[in-house]
Amino acid sequence: MDEIDKTIINELQNGFPVCESPYQSAAEQLGISENELIDRLQKLLDDGILSRFGPMYHAEVMGGALTLAAIKVPEKKFDEIADIVNSFPEVAHNYQRTHDLNMWFVIATDTPIAIQNVIQSIEKQTGLHVYNMPKNKEYFVQLKLEA
Amino acid sequence: MDMIDRKIIQQTQAGLPLSPHPYHEIAKTLNIKVELVMQRILAMQRNGIIRRIAAVPNHYRLGYKYNGMTVWDIDDQYIDEMGAQIGQLDFVSHCYHRPRHLPDWPFNLFAMAHSKTEQGIKTQIDEISSILGSYSRGHDVLYSTRILKKTGLRITRP
Repeated sequence: MDEIDKTIINELQNGFPVCESPYQSAAEQLGISENELIDRLQKLLDDGILSRFGPMYHAEVMGGALTLAAIKVPEKKFDEIADIVNSFPEVAHNYQRTHDLNMWFVIATDTPIAIQNVIQSIEKQTGLHVYNMPKNKEYFVQLKLEA
Repeated sequence: MDMIDRKIIQQTQAGLPLSPHPYHEIAKTLNIKVELVMQRILAMQRNGIIRRIAAVPNHYRLGYKYNGMTVWDIDDQYIDEMGAQIGQLDFVSHCYHRPRHLPDWPFNLFAMAHSKTEQGIKTQIDEISSILGSYSRGHDVLYSTRILKKTGLRITRP
């Protein structure tokens, strides 16, 4: 990752144009060529430095639902349980964390009712209780991670 | 949101095509006009269905090794006031009021903090703590030790 990559990451966290040749427009702003921008984005994605590039959808505005859920997983069974939880396409992210509640994941579904179904299926398949922590309220934030 | 929007979402939820004319590609796949694709995407940005079109970095790979989910037990009466203040801190990426699960889980305010150094995140936690003062009856910090999955939302399936 060089200085150009860092600039790309920093700038493209803010947004990306909707026009005929958006990579061309963005590349001009960055002072590089369209091809170079596309190649570098591809490499940043392949290398896992970017986890994705594209529209970020807001589940609730779409009529869907999101929740944060956690499980207390016995250490010995951790990978096995992670595989089960990750196998659900509705699980968007999953993190191991330092706590008795050591597995934390986000469930996103088309409809609010589907959240309950996913939680029940995960409980059934893992034999573990799922702590459901849907948001009561979201507070406005404005973070950007400096590369 | 209609079927056209849903199809555009399906085509882009894994990412935008990495080719010179990504919106044309989407249009071609869906067999609709590119003007319509762009119109719909702009409309979805305006009404908040799309938060933004952007690069999403992996925190760890940018050197943010200390990613702490800070959780706080705040009197429900003051939580909105406190949440709004904590969300404004420039190192906080998410800030939510969530339900407690007593007795195991007394915390109702969640704020994600990110730092490249251990000292950095400790300073951040101290800063949150000093803002909350006596409104916080207790807190904990859960560090992420491994990303097990990060695919982003897959809301609309074919």
